[in-house]
Amino acid sequence: MSDDTPLWQRMATAGAMMIQGTPQARALGMRVVSITEARAVVEVDWREDLVGDPETGVIASGVVTTLLDNTCGVAAFAALSEPMSTATLDLRIDYMRPAKKGATIRAEAHCYRMTKTVAFVRAFAFDGADETDPVAAAQAAFMMGTSGRMGKNRRPPK
Amino acid sequence: MSDAPATPTRVNLSELSAMFQAVPYAKFLGVQLELKGDELTAILPFKDDLIGNPMLPALHGGVVGALMELTAVAQIFLAQGGKKIPKVIDISIDYLRSGRPVDTYARAHVTKLGRRIANVRVEAWQFDRADPIAALHGHFLLNSDQGEGETKA
Repeated sequence: MSDDTPLWQRMATAGAMMIQGTPQARALGMRVVSITEARAVVEVDWREDLVGDPETGVIASGVVTTLLDNTCGVAAFAALSEPMSTATLDLRIDYMRPAKKGATIRAEAHCYRMTKTVAFVRAFAFDGADETDPVAAAQAAFMMGTSGRMGKNRRPPK
Repeated sequence: MSDAPATPTRVNLSELSAMFQAVPYAKFLGVQLELKGDELTAILPFKDDLIGNPMLPALHGGVVGALMELTAVAQIFLAQGGKKIPKVIDISIDYLRSGRPVDTYARAHVTKLGRRIANVRVEAWQFDRADPIAALHGHFLLNSDQGEGETKA
């Protein structure tokens, strides 16, 4: 691919590698469903060793935290035109309800605003197809790398 | 867990550890607890698969968040005198510096222990307690039988 190819397209091609290259993502069994401009969808399957409440068998909220954090990071990355380092500034998560036992958790993140220094990302986590019934919601801000070449203020398309 | 009396009682480390041991995800991360008097410290020994950024390398932000969440849960458990495991309603995490590939510690403070809700603040650090790598502020649902914010199980 030429150098003109948008970063997210190059990433979509190498999407699986993004996750494969992150030891904790690999340990949780995360997999990329899709990466498009400023958006990312990542899944993690229910597993016995990831249970947070042994009485109900519900997956630990920490797994959802890690999934949302990672998916938000990928979405922020997919809003860039060239690679740069990112660091999570803050992450706010609302846990609306426990995920269904045994269900795959799917996180969908959108980087809705990118400034010179900060990426603003929203994400939802689902345990089924119903988009009106999320398990959790996240709001994250990422500090974008200090390299002077980046920082073209841009708003990703809807 | 068995029914505890209404007034908080002392929970010892073995009860606390038993509660923690029963949580598969705590084992997955490898979180350990240390209790001195009423001061609880959660310890996350470093291991390779906790890495989130192999270039730096740095701990996964989600792992640091999860450690602080678990610390909050254990601290509430302690403050309540050992009841059921509280459920997280919301958390807000400030990432202050990247987590190095070393052991991480966390301590929580229950700002308010209400009838149904606990407000908790947590800090995580590595080399210097006064120089935390992350801070968490969260609300937790204390386990009554059927609490709010809980529609399905």
